[in-house]
Amino acid sequence: MKALSQKRRHPLAAIALLLMGLLVTGGLYAVATTVNQAKATTTFSANDAEEGEKLFEANCATCHGMGASGTQDGPSLVGVGAAAVDFQVGTGRMPMQMNAPQAPKKPVQFNDEQTHQLSAYVASLGPGPSIPEASVLDGQGDAAKGGELFRVNCAMCHNAAAAGGALTRGKFAPALSGVSSKHIYEAMVTGPQNMPVFSDANLPPEGKRDIITFLKQIEANGSPGGADLGSLGPVSEGLFVWIAGLGVIIAFTIWLTSRTS
Amino acid sequence: MSATSTPNAPTFVAKTKGGRITNFVDERVGGSGILREFGRKVFPDHWSFMFGEVALYSFVILLLSGTFLTFFFDPSMAETHYEGSYTPLKNVEMSVAYSSSLDISFDVRGGLFMRQVHHWSALLFVASVSVHMLRVFFTGAFRKPREMNWVVGGVLLILSMAAGFTGYSLPDDLLSGNGLRIIDGVIKSIPVVGTYISFFLFGGEFPGTVIIGRLYMLHILLVPALILLMIVLHLFMVVVHKHTQYPGPGRNDGNVVGYPLGPVYAAKAGGFFFIVFGVIALMAGFFTINPIWNYGPYDPSPVSAGTQPDWYIGFVDGALRLMPGTIGDWSVEQVWFGQVFSFNVLLPALVPAGIIFTVLFTYPWIERWITKDNREHHVLDRPRNAPTRTAIGMAGFVWYCVMWAAAGSDLIATHFHVSLNDVTYWLRALFFVGPVIAFIVTKRVALALQRKDREIALHGRETGRIVRLPHGEFIEVHAPLDEYKRYKLVGFESPSPLPAEPNAHGVVDKKEKRRALLSKWFFEDRVAPATPAELAAAHGHHGEHEAIESGESQKTLSH
Repeated sequence: MKALSQKRRHPLAAIALLLMGLLVTGGLYAVATTVNQAKATTTFSANDAEEGEKLFEANCATCHGMGASGTQDGPSLVGVGAAAVDFQVGTGRMPMQMNAPQAPKKPVQFNDEQTHQLSAYVASLGPGPSIPEASVLDGQGDAAKGGELFRVNCAMCHNAAAAGGALTRGKFAPALSGVSSKHIYEAMVTGPQNMPVFSDANLPPEGKRDIITFLKQIEANGSPGGADLGSLGPVSEGLFVWIAGLGVIIAFTIWLTSRTS
Repeated sequence: MSATSTPNAPTFVAKTKGGRITNFVDERVGGSGILREFGRKVFPDHWSFMFGEVALYSFVILLLSGTFLTFFFDPSMAETHYEGSYTPLKNVEMSVAYSSSLDISFDVRGGLFMRQVHHWSALLFVASVSVHMLRVFFTGAFRKPREMNWVVGGVLLILSMAAGFTGYSLPDDLLSGNGLRIIDGVIKSIPVVGTYISFFLFGGEFPGTVIIGRLYMLHILLVPALILLMIVLHLFMVVVHKHTQYPGPGRNDGNVVGYPLGPVYAAKAGGFFFIVFGVIALMAGFFTINPIWNYGPYDPSPVSAGTQPDWYIGFVDGALRLMPGTIGDWSVEQVWFGQVFSFNVLLPALVPAGIIFTVLFTYPWIERWITKDNREHHVLDRPRNAPTRTAIGMAGFVWYCVMWAAAGSDLIATHFHVSLNDVTYWLRALFFVGPVIAFIVTKRVALALQRKDREIALHGRETGRIVRLPHGEFIEVHAPLDEYKRYKLVGFESPSPLPAEPNAHGVVDKKEKRRALLSKWFFEDRVAPATPAELAAAHGHHGEHEAIESGESQKTLSH
C-alpha cells in the first residue's frame, strides 16, 4: 500500500488510472450487453459448423464474404449469433432474392438441418445471441403485460393489432400473425432488417415472453366482431362502407325505382 | 237535409268503435287533411334521388342504437383496472370510459352488435350525405329556389362530421386518443390563442380528465339536436320547393311528374328504411368496425402504425400528411416575435377544408352571378349538359380524393409494395395537378357525350345493317329514335356566353367585365342541342349526312 501511495505522483499515474477506468467501464459494458448472449443452450457439434461452412461458402459468401467477414454487398456476420441466422434463413429472408430496401419473407430455401448447420457455423465465428430456449416461447406469460409492452415498443411500426405498417422508402414492418414464437423472439434479440434490437437490458426475456403470449393470444382469439377487414383500421372500414355498403344500397335503390311493368 | 238535427250534433258518426276513435282524433288534429295534402305530394322516381333518404334512415338508426349505447357507456376518465372478460387486457390500467366501452363489447348482451350498428351507420350516414350532395351538385339542383336548402345541406354535412368525430373519440382507446392528439395539435397551431383554446377545451394540459365527458355531451345532446333541427328545415324546404325531376317528355319547371306519396311511394319508402337497416345490420353482424380491444387504453406515449381517422375526416389527415416540414431550406415552422407559428400544421389542417367548404357554400351564388340566371329551375341538368359545372365539380372531387388517398398513404405503400416517400411525392404533385387534369378531361368528356347525343338525335341509332344502293353506294341504315328518347337528347338549354351589360347608369363597370369573362369561360365551349329545323333537315335528306354533320369546332354550332 505504501509503495502505491508513494508512486501516486508518478508522471504515468494519470495514464494508468485512465487505462484502469476504461478497462473497468468497457469490461462492465461488455458483460452487461452480452447478458442475453451468454445462455447458449443449443449445442452445435463441430461437424455442424463444418457442414455449415460449406453451405455458407456455396450460398452466402458471394455477399457476406469468405469467413463471413462482409463485403460491399453484405455485412460481416461475425458476432451476429445463431439467432440471427435462424431468423433470416428460417423465414426465407436469406438468401436475399434481390437488392431491395428490405428482404421480404419468402419460401424457405434451406431445410431445418441446413439452417441448423448454418447457424452453427456463424455462431462459431464469434459470440452472439443464441437460439432461444423453449421456456420463453411457451406462450404462458402475462398477455395483458405483453400487450402493454407491445403497444409501447412495437405498435408504432407493427400496428396495434400486429397487422404491419409502412416505414420510409419502401421499408416496412411486417404483419406478425403466423410468425412462430421462436422467430418473434429472435427478431427481438437480433433486430433484423430495419428493426431495432431489444436487448435483455431494455426488454428482459420475461417481457419478450409476455409479448409473444399476447401476440399468440390475439391471433388465437380471432376477431370477436366478425371479419376483421385486415385489422387495418378506419381506412379499410371506410373503403368497405363506400364500396360494399353503399354499393348494395345503390343496387336496392335501382331495384326500387325500376318500373315493374 | 234533415231539419231535426241540432246545431251541435256531430255531422258524421262512424259505424265502428275504431272508426269513432279515429274520427275523434281527426276532428282534433286534422290528420286527414294533412294526409290528403301529403299523400298527394308527387315524387319523381329515380335511384339517385334516394341518397337523402338513406341519410335520414341511417340517422334514425344512429339515434336508436346510440340510445342503447348510452345505457351502458360511462364517459368518466377516472382510472380503473379492467376486470371484464377480454383476457389480453385483464388488470390493465385504463379509464372508466374505455372500460365501459369494452364492457359494451364483451359483457353486455348484444352490445358489440349495437356498437357496430352504430359505427357502421355513422359511416354510412356521412357517406350518403356526401353522395346526396354530389348528386345535387352535378344535376344543378342547388339552383333557384333551392340555394338555401343547399346551404342547410352543407351545414348538415359539417354537423355529421362533428357528430362522427366526437363519437370516434369517446371510447378513449389508443386510436381515438391519437386522433384527439392531432386535433389538439391543430388547435395549438393557431397563432397566439391556440394554446389557450386547447387548455380551455381539455381543461388543462392534454389529455386531462374532462375531455371525454365534454365530447360525450356534445355527441349525444347538442350535435344530434342541431342535426335534427337542420333535417326538419331541410325537409320543410323540400316540401315547399317540391322535388326536382330529370328532363323528360312532359316535364317542365312548372310541374312534377312522378308518383303520389300515398300509398305506393310511402310503402316503398317505409320498406326502404328496413332495407337500409338490414344492410347495416348485416354489416354489423359480419364485419368488425373499430375493434377497440385491439388498440388498448389511451396513453399519450404510444402511437400505433396505421392510425387514421374515420373516412370523413380523412381528407384533413391526408392534407397534414402531404404538408412538408421544410420547403428547400426554409422551415415552414417559424418563430416570430417569440411566438411559434406552426404553419406546417395550421395550413394543411385549415386551408383545404376552408377552401372546400367556402366554395361549397357559395357556389350557387357564384354560378348565379356568372350566368345571371334568376329563373326557377325544377328540371335538372344532365351533368354532360353543364360541362363547365361538371368539370368544376370533378376538379373539387379529385382534389378531395387526393387528400383522402394521402390519409391512407402508409397502407398504399405496404399493399402495393411501393415506397411511402414516393406515394407522398406523387400525391403532392397530384394535389396541384390533379384538379386541373380532372377539369380538362371532364369538360372534354362532357362535350364529347353531348356531341354523341346530338349525333344520335339527328341521325338515329346505327343499326349495323349495310345496304347497297342500286348505283353501288353502300350505306348503313340508321333507325330513327322515338320521340321520347329524342326528347331526352334535345330537351336541354345550352346558354351562350352572356356579354358584359351596362348597368343602370349605362356604364359597363369592371365587375361586370369580369363577370362577362367568366361567363365566356363558363359557356364558350358548347354543343347546342339539335334544333327542330336541323332535325327536319336530317330526316328529310337521308344520305346527305355531310350537310348537317356536327362539326369538330363546337363553337360554330352555337346558333
